[in-house]
Amino acid sequence: MSANLSAILYLVSGVLFILALRGLSSPETSRQGNLFGIIGMVIAVTVTFLSVGNFSSGFIYVLIFLAIGGSIGAFIAYRIPMTAMPELVAGFHSLVGLAAVFVAISAFINPAAFNLGTPGNIKLASLIEMAIGAAVGAITFSGSVIAFLKLQGIMSGAPITFKGQHLLNALLLILIVILTIYLCSTQSSNLFWILIAVSFLIGFLIIIPIGGADMPVVISMLNSYSGWAAAGIGFTLENTALIITGALVGSSGAILSYIMCKGMNRSFFNVILGGFGATDQTTGGQSKEQRPVKSGNADDAAFLMKNASSVIIVPGYGMAVAQAQHALREMVDTLKKNDIKVSYAIHPVAGRMPGHMNVLLAEANVPYDEVFELEEINNDFANADVAFVIGANDVTNPVAKTDPQSPIYGMPVLDVEKCKSVLFVKRSLSPGYAGIDNDLFYKENTLMLFADAKKMTEDITKNL
Amino acid sequence: MEIDPFIFRLSIFILSIFVGYYVVWSVTPSLHTPLMSVTNAISSVIIVGAIIAALSGSDGVVFSSSSIYGFLAIILAAVNIFGGFLVTQRMLAMYKKKKKDK
Repeated sequence: MSANLSAILYLVSGVLFILALRGLSSPETSRQGNLFGIIGMVIAVTVTFLSVGNFSSGFIYVLIFLAIGGSIGAFIAYRIPMTAMPELVAGFHSLVGLAAVFVAISAFINPAAFNLGTPGNIKLASLIEMAIGAAVGAITFSGSVIAFLKLQGIMSGAPITFKGQHLLNALLLILIVILTIYLCSTQSSNLFWILIAVSFLIGFLIIIPIGGADMPVVISMLNSYSGWAAAGIGFTLENTALIITGALVGSSGAILSYIMCKGMNRSFFNVILGGFGATDQTTGGQSKEQRPVKSGNADDAAFLMKNASSVIIVPGYGMAVAQAQHALREMVDTLKKNDIKVSYAIHPVAGRMPGHMNVLLAEANVPYDEVFELEEINNDFANADVAFVIGANDVTNPVAKTDPQSPIYGMPVLDVEKCKSVLFVKRSLSPGYAGIDNDLFYKENTLMLFADAKKMTEDITKNL
Repeated sequence: MEIDPFIFRLSIFILSIFVGYYVVWSVTPSLHTPLMSVTNAISSVIIVGAIIAALSGSDGVVFSSSSIYGFLAIILAAVNIFGGFLVTQRMLAMYKKKKKDK
């Protein structure tokens, strides 16, 4: 296949990837978008086979390895529970990162296969691109592995901090730049290996200080990195499809990180520097005096809801942990049978990744036009009779609007307290992730339901 | 004077960042999780590099020091491509409208 024809076809697959993302602007077009993505990928892979044109025994092995990886991927995709989506995405990011590292290594060992010169005499520009691709890929890999371990609960979600952490990270980043410069002048393979090793270390170090509830930002950020790594390799391979995709994914991840940071009213650097929640827990304990709390049971909750005409559900990470989404949908079905209007309010950072709650509700067959974002629904709380908070905490805390001393001051929150009555499902009075007490617990119109989210929801349904 | 082809690629890159910026802002927030899984799948187009690397061995030698990395990268990228697209499809199939539209 001629180089020009394959370049045009790579461009076509890049455009199809753009259309794949474009499709996600509404659920109706999204499935078609995904199809475009798949077609784009098939084109890219086919063109590569045809342009390499080497159908020897190696080709058979390529197909075998492709089939092995593909079956593993398909198996995971069908078996994974929706609640585990954040872990899955983190795991997948690590694979893209490692693949970028492997491709860069291969190009470094055998540059002739990629038309980049000969070993020890690689074109300068290619060498820089390769080094960037490998370094970003390695950071993506080790960072995503840590994120995966934290999300999976294998590693504690608590931030791990130590003295001089930021200085060490800064020094390592400078070291990477120096290594790249030396690599360019010496073309030494040892330097290349050291560069990759240092990058792995950085990825590890920048994610360990970040706590569990900041994971939405971390996952988005790693998503972005995996894109930049792909773009770096794209420049090395002079491949348009890879460059376009890398840029798309890179900016997509960056935008999501921005949205998540805004949802927490924190700057990106504040999140990245980490340690949030670890320091605040000590100061959070100062208001030790016991304030009165009204607590109730499923019967009380059912009574309140039965007499309501509109109910707003506020789900959070706790719902995912308790796997309560199906029980919740059943409760809502019963409410609807009694002609009660029900809608769902989703905070941007509810859950462990962007859009996490929406997927869980969709899984439980909740129609997406009953689910609203913060800005769309926040004014409706004042007119609603009951707010049912299930597994959310910090995102409902009115302190964010009233107390400038609070670490979460200024964070956009759902105006749950404006409802006539608030039902708050929670296992105990313990503070949320930010380590601060939720004022909502002590409000006159709040009824605390101390129980496991799933069990409580089922009990309420029985009592309705 | 001739323009270095690198400049063309850089232009594509910069313009794609802008395209990505506007396209992603138009993605509805309720589909942010599928957005992440599908970006994950498409970034695995890095498999084109892996295939070139895997087929770089000279005649008769399938597994050379450089092609082994290519084969490993093929497995990783293939997991991602199939896993990413299929899990996205699975998620998107769940997004339904109300049965009776008013």
